[in-house]
Amino acid sequence: MDQNHPPLLYLDGVSVSFDGFKAINNLSLIVQHGELQAIIGPNGAGKTTMMDIITGKTRPDEGEVFFAGDVDLTRLDEAAIAELGIGRKFQKPTVFESHTVWDNLELALKKPRDVFSAWFYHPSEEDVGRLEDILATIRLTERREELAANLSHGQKQWLEIGMLLAQDPKLLLVDEPVAGMTDAETVETAKLLREIAKSRSVVVVEHDMSFIRDLAARVTVLAEGSVLAQGSLDHVSADPRVIESYLGR
Amino acid sequence: MITRTLLRAFDGKTSLVVAILITIAIAVPASNLYLPVGHPLRVPNHFVPLLGKYLTYAMLALALDLVWGYCGILSLGHGAFFALGGYAMGMYLMRQIGDRGVYANPILPDFMVFLNYQELPWFWYGFDMFWFAAIMVVLVPGLLAFVFGWFAFRSRVTGVYLSIITQAMTYALLLAFFRNDMGFGGNNGLTDFKDILGAPLQAGSTRAALFAASAIALALSFIVCSAIVRSKLGKVLVAVRDAESRTRFLGYRVDNYKLFAFTASAVIAGIAGALYVPQVGIINPGEFAPANSIEIVIWTAVGGRGTLVGPIVGAVLVNAGKSWFTGVFPEFWLFALGGLFVAVTLFLPKGIVGALAQGWTALKARRVSARAEDGSDAAPEPSPAE
Ligand SMILES: Nc1ncnc2c1ncn2[C@@H]1O[C@H](COP(=O)(O)OP(=O)(O)O)[C@@H](O)[C@H]1O
Ligand SMILES: [Mg+2]
Repeated sequence: MDQNHPPLLYLDGVSVSFDGFKAINNLSLIVQHGELQAIIGPNGAGKTTMMDIITGKTRPDEGEVFFAGDVDLTRLDEAAIAELGIGRKFQKPTVFESHTVWDNLELALKKPRDVFSAWFYHPSEEDVGRLEDILATIRLTERREELAANLSHGQKQWLEIGMLLAQDPKLLLVDEPVAGMTDAETVETAKLLREIAKSRSVVVVEHDMSFIRDLAARVTVLAEGSVLAQGSLDHVSADPRVIESYLGR
Repeated sequence: MITRTLLRAFDGKTSLVVAILITIAIAVPASNLYLPVGHPLRVPNHFVPLLGKYLTYAMLALALDLVWGYCGILSLGHGAFFALGGYAMGMYLMRQIGDRGVYANPILPDFMVFLNYQELPWFWYGFDMFWFAAIMVVLVPGLLAFVFGWFAFRSRVTGVYLSIITQAMTYALLLAFFRNDMGFGGNNGLTDFKDILGAPLQAGSTRAALFAASAIALALSFIVCSAIVRSKLGKVLVAVRDAESRTRFLGYRVDNYKLFAFTASAVIAGIAGALYVPQVGIINPGEFAPANSIEIVIWTAVGGRGTLVGPIVGAVLVNAGKSWFTGVFPEFWLFALGGLFVAVTLFLPKGIVGALAQGWTALKARRVSARAEDGSDAAPEPSPAE
C-alpha cells in the first residue's frame, strides 16, 4: 500500500464464518477516494455481509479493515464508524416510518450526535437550506410533511439515499438500491448515484445489469465470499469463471 | 438555546394541559377548604387524597410512556422506582415522628425498637432533614435506573428479555424489602406518619397542599416530557423505537439515548412515589410487586401510549374504575382489568386518546372534503357555482 496516498477503504484477507460456513473467505478489496465501484455476485455471495463488516455490525474472524489509511474499523462500533463518515443504505429500505420525510432527513443531517446536543438542537437557516436542497435532489419536495410510511417503495429508497446525503459521508455503501423500482426510477437512480459519486466514494451492490451499465463504474465480482474478477463490466462479463458462477445461471 | 427548547415544549396542546392541571391544583383544594360542608360543589375530605393519589399514578404512567411509548423499552419494573421514591419520603416521615411513637424513642422508629435495634442504621442518617430526603427521592431511583440501564443497554438487551429483567429487578427488591434485617420495616413497611414539614398529615390544609403539589408536579413532568419528545432528542427516541439498528448506522449512540430516557423516567416515577406516600399514609414492600408494574403498563395502554395525554387519562380512568369496582365487586377487579387490557389491545391499539385523535383527524378531513365539494370553502377567488 502506498503510505502517502492510502486508499479510502482497504480490506485485506478478511474472513468471517457463521456456524462453520464461510460467508466471507479471504476477501481483499480497495476503494479509492472519489471512486464509484459496483459489486455484483450471485445471491449469498457475501455482499451484504461485507457491508456488515465495514460498518461494524459484524466482526471479522480474521483480516484487516482500514479506513482513510490507519483507522482500524474492526475495533469500532456502528455509531463510531458512522461518525467517521461511512454511510449505509440497506437492502430493504429502512426509513423511520412514523417520522415525516423532513424529520427523517433532519435526523440524518450531519450534526453532533450526543443526547444533549439533540435535545437543544434548533435548525439553523443553513441547515434548512441544505435539507431543502436534498429534498429537491431526491425529488420529494412536495412530500416533505408526509409520513415516510406513506411513500411508495421507490420513494423510500430515494429518501434513504437522501438521508445518506444529509449525513455527508466520505464513503457511501449502497445495497441493492433499485430492487423493486420501475425502469424509469432505475434510470433516475443511476443518475443520482453518479451525481453523488462526484464528491465522494460510492460502493453499490446490485444485480441489475443495465443499471450497472448506466453507472459506468469499475466492477468487482464476488462469489462465495471472495473476489472472482475485477475490471470494466465488459471485461468481467467476458471472464469464463464469472460466466460460470454468475452470469451463466 | 435552552429557553427555546423549553418554549417549544409549549407547542400544541401542552399549554392547555398545563392550564387544566393548574386549575385543578387550585380549584380542588379551594373547593374542599372554603366551601361549606354539604355544598354540591364541595370536594369531600376523603376525596382529596384519593384524587391526589390518582395524580401521582398519572405521573408514573407518564414516566413509563416516555420509555415505552416513545423509546420502545417496555419496562415491567417501573413500580420499583415509584416505591423507592416512596420509601425515601417514608423514611423522612418516620423520622418526623420523633418521640411520639408507641415506644417514645426520640431517634429510632417504632419498628426498630421492636426489633431491638441499638442505633440507627447508617443509611437512615440524614433523613430527618427534608432537603436530604428530597435529594434521595431523585437520586436513588435515578441512580438505580442509570446503573441498571448502563449494563442492560450496553449489552444490547432488548425486547422481551429487557422486560423480564426489569420484572426480576422489582421482584428482587420486593424480596429484599420484605426482610426485617434490611432495616426498612419489613413486611409492615413504614406507616403511622404524623407530619410533613411540621404540618400534621391529617389536617385538611396539609392534604390540600399535597394535592396541589401533586398536580403541579404532574404539570412540570408534562412540560419536561413535552420538551423531550418535541425536540430532536424525542425524534431520535422514536427512531430507536421503530428501527434501532438503523439509528445506530446514522451515528447515534442508541444506548446513551435509552439510558437518558430510562433515567429521566425513573426520576419522574420516584417523585411521584414520594408524593404518593404522604397521601396514602403508608409504604410497604407490596409496592414492589411485579403485578403493580404491569398495572402501570395497562393504564398507559388504555390511555394511549406514544401520546403524552394518554397515560394521564388512562391512569385516572382505570384507577377511578378500580376504586368503584373494588367497592362494589371486589373479587372481580382483576378480571375486569385483564378484560379491559385485552379489549383495548384488540379494539383500540392506540388507546383512548389515540383513537380520539384519529377520529378527530378523520372528521376534519371529511369536513374539509365536504366543504370543498359544496364549494363553500373560504377560497379567495369566487369559484363557479356547480
Ligand atoms: N448473521 C448471519 N448468520 C448466519 N448466516 C448468515 C448471516 N448473515 C449472512 N449469512 C449467510 O452468509 C451468506 C452471505 O449472505 P449475504 O451477505 O446476505 O449475501 P448477499 O448479500 O451477497 O446475497 C449467506 O449464505 C447467508 O445465509
Ligand atoms: Mg444482500
